[in-house]
Amino acid sequence: MSLTVTDLRVSYQTLRGEVRALDGVSFTVADGEILGLAGESGCGKTTLGKSLIRLDGRMRHAGGTVELDGRELPIGDDRAMNAFRFREVSLVPQYSMSALNPTRRIGRMVAELLRSRGETLDRAKLETRLGQVGLPREVLDRYPIELSGGMKQRVVMVVSTLLDPSLLIADEITSALDVSTQQAVARALAGFRDAGHVRSMVFITHDLALTARIADTIMVMYAGMLAEKAPAKTMVEQPRHPYTRMLVDALPEVGARHAGRRLTGIAGSPPALLDPPPGCRFRERCPLADDGCAERPPVTEVAPGHHVACWKV
Amino acid sequence: MLTPDMLKLDDVTKTYRVGALGGKAVTAVDRVSFDVRAGEVVSLIGESGSGKSTIGRMVLGLTPVTSGSITVAGAPVRPGRAYYRSVQGVFQDPFSCYNPVFKADRVFRLIKETYHPGVPEDEWAERVRAAVRDVRLNPGEVLGKYPHQLSGGQLQRLLIARALLLDLKLLVADEITSMLDASTRVDVLNLLADLKTRGLAVLYVTHDLALGTYLAERTVVLWRGTVVERGPTEQVFGDPLHPYTRRLLAAVPRLHAPWEDAPEVRSCPYHDVGGTGGLAEATPGHFVACARLSDCRGDVP
Amino acid sequence: MTAALTETRPEPRAVRREALHFAVRNGKLVTGFAVVLVLLLTGLLGPLLLGSAPPNEYVAAPMLPPSAEHWFGTTTFGQDVFTQFVHGLRTTFAVGALGGGIAALIAMVVGFAAGYRGGLLDEALTMLTNVILVIPTLAVLLIVNAYLGIRGVAVQGLFIGLTSWPWAARAVRAQTFSLRTRDFVDLARLSGLGTGRIIAREIAPNMSSYLFMTFILLFGGSVLIASSLDFIGLGPTEGVSLGLMLQNATQWSALQLGLWWWFVPPGAAITAVVGALYVANVGLDEVFNPKLRTT
Repeated sequence: MSLTVTDLRVSYQTLRGEVRALDGVSFTVADGEILGLAGESGCGKTTLGKSLIRLDGRMRHAGGTVELDGRELPIGDDRAMNAFRFREVSLVPQYSMSALNPTRRIGRMVAELLRSRGETLDRAKLETRLGQVGLPREVLDRYPIELSGGMKQRVVMVVSTLLDPSLLIADEITSALDVSTQQAVARALAGFRDAGHVRSMVFITHDLALTARIADTIMVMYAGMLAEKAPAKTMVEQPRHPYTRMLVDALPEVGARHAGRRLTGIAGSPPALLDPPPGCRFRERCPLADDGCAERPPVTEVAPGHHVACWKV
Repeated sequence: MLTPDMLKLDDVTKTYRVGALGGKAVTAVDRVSFDVRAGEVVSLIGESGSGKSTIGRMVLGLTPVTSGSITVAGAPVRPGRAYYRSVQGVFQDPFSCYNPVFKADRVFRLIKETYHPGVPEDEWAERVRAAVRDVRLNPGEVLGKYPHQLSGGQLQRLLIARALLLDLKLLVADEITSMLDASTRVDVLNLLADLKTRGLAVLYVTHDLALGTYLAERTVVLWRGTVVERGPTEQVFGDPLHPYTRRLLAAVPRLHAPWEDAPEVRSCPYHDVGGTGGLAEATPGHFVACARLSDCRGDVP
Repeated sequence: MTAALTETRPEPRAVRREALHFAVRNGKLVTGFAVVLVLLLTGLLGPLLLGSAPPNEYVAAPMLPPSAEHWFGTTTFGQDVFTQFVHGLRTTFAVGALGGGIAALIAMVVGFAAGYRGGLLDEALTMLTNVILVIPTLAVLLIVNAYLGIRGVAVQGLFIGLTSWPWAARAVRAQTFSLRTRDFVDLARLSGLGTGRIIAREIAPNMSSYLFMTFILLFGGSVLIASSLDFIGLGPTEGVSLGLMLQNATQWSALQLGLWWWFVPPGAAITAVVGALYVANVGLDEVFNPKLRTT
């Protein structure tokens, strides 16, 4: 098991109280697996991604453990995490555009970054990796402003995986890109896993169709909890959780026409996590909900590798 | 039933002056022509840099046209009170559309001040509530709140409700769903589709092919400021002729099917041949800008 | 139903009432304004209560420490420091308000016009701003004051106002520039609003605390410039100001002689006025920005 997350709880401190952004999430990611993390904004997917590498100032580790390759990650201890960051766990942020220092040529910036981590730059390796994502070695002599969004995203991807981390977290890395660039970046990401540059990956996105294309397993979150986790194909073809089913149904496919089949969204909005309601958190919006849903549904394995948190499956 | 040409663009070009003292010119939109009929949604599809948003802004009179003409119901674009009574826009970022220091329903107040100053307060409040119900929101839940207390979907729908308080003929919807969650996105799209039944013309600007096809009767595909293909949506995406359209279509991630291997198109062959002479009509109503149209039928060049 | 009706009330009134609701509950704002108000009232009412005695009159024995009779003691010449202080406060507020007000007005007109309109107007106004910005203001003031023999508070304030606006204009322009590209400005245009109304009703309210901050800094700047002018003997010849008091205290070695009551009150008052306005500004930011509200 590469990554094992057990009952992870993370909360945000706000002036009005504690927001329980992650409320007991457990899952595993195997070696060589790409886990797609999907859900609406505010479902906790970005918090989960952050809690695996760096909690920001307002976040608090409220419970649970994260184990990577048999070692527990000290996720609540910012300083102790430094030994793991970049070497064991690495991140490609959403806005790589702003992650690059605009006053440095790319090559120099990478060398400085590695030096600050006590590593020396293996230029040949760097150039090979750039080649693998379809970038010429000349980008190292350019300034960030001279690169397109997709190129910057790929540069950051190469840099953050240069030390062959065990786990890579990619947080909405394609959402600011054009369709064709998005495809190239997503494929490059899968290619890195295939080449063994990273052992496993958590790919966070709001785009279910995109994650279905590159992830092996998809985990859908709702209001800080796991709703459903299943192999990618199963998730899009036979989702079991009512939320996932409605979500998949709300996605127009290319070629689908309004006049042909009218899609419907999911009425209402996710509950506030400041004081979440007891029981199933999707209850308010769920067409199947009844009194039994007042109790929180446990995550159960309905088929091998297919986990659902719903009383109605 | 369809009245022709609520919106008509004819050879519209937009060039920006850049550099010191505007010494260099950059062409953002290059001789674009298409039309939108009343009771019809036309989607304007393109990636970043295609000029799609510039076209939307020109139609709204927020950016002047360099050359060519845009007419709405036969009259040229003339930004001002009279024009905005019948032409309105909704933009991409709902949070940026609301002045953060005021309550969200201030957008209705501005409409009243300009267009309905004589309407008594009670009647106006009722009209606002009716418009809000029209966009399937609960007035009690959304009125009197600040923008940050509402969701993106609610804010976008309020902006559509705002437009409905006018004598609307044409709505420009610029990427209005790209910041919304999948679960609410389709509801906003359905709302736009329903506007058609009121006889409205809708110009739906987007980069998302799936959303564009879902909604639109006709589609215009833009590439670097020029129209490469336009026609009925079924034909443009069912039988794409231009290499760029094909590549775009191939790159869209699909829920149930693997990615097609996208044909690599380095530049449009049409441009290699030189010049832009206009679009060729492949089948009735289906236009494509490709000098190698005959080759395109089979394998992509 | 009643709730819904209240919510759709004409909104300028509602917004103002709501801002007031939060304003009176904001500790920083209330404290800041209270300090300024106390000093302002001291400056306004003090001279009236003390009667018609000119502030520079020699009224008592020299170098008296503070006592019941002379609250702030007396100077080396036997002038009453408290009398000078209240008159000085009045002058200081006048110069600050006048200089800061004029500078803020010019800065806003120039900044809004340049930032919103852009293009040639922007280039022309920016050039003017930069020219004024690089003129050594103090030197010009020295020359102007020396030539024209400025002896009144009003003229001093006017000159300070006319020379201290450029940085503020640049700040207003930059803010306007960034707000202009926001979608709500486009939406206001689509609502049929003209340029003037968009600036006044959409852009200015968004930077109201920023504008107030600018005014505070200009106010403080004017007070300091006026003090500097006073300090080198180019202030009003008649009357007294906090700057003149500091100058006299320094000139007659108050520090060395241990006459702390001579220079501490004017120094503290200048600091208090500027500091309290700053604290009030932080509070005002919370009042106007709903996201920062804690209640």
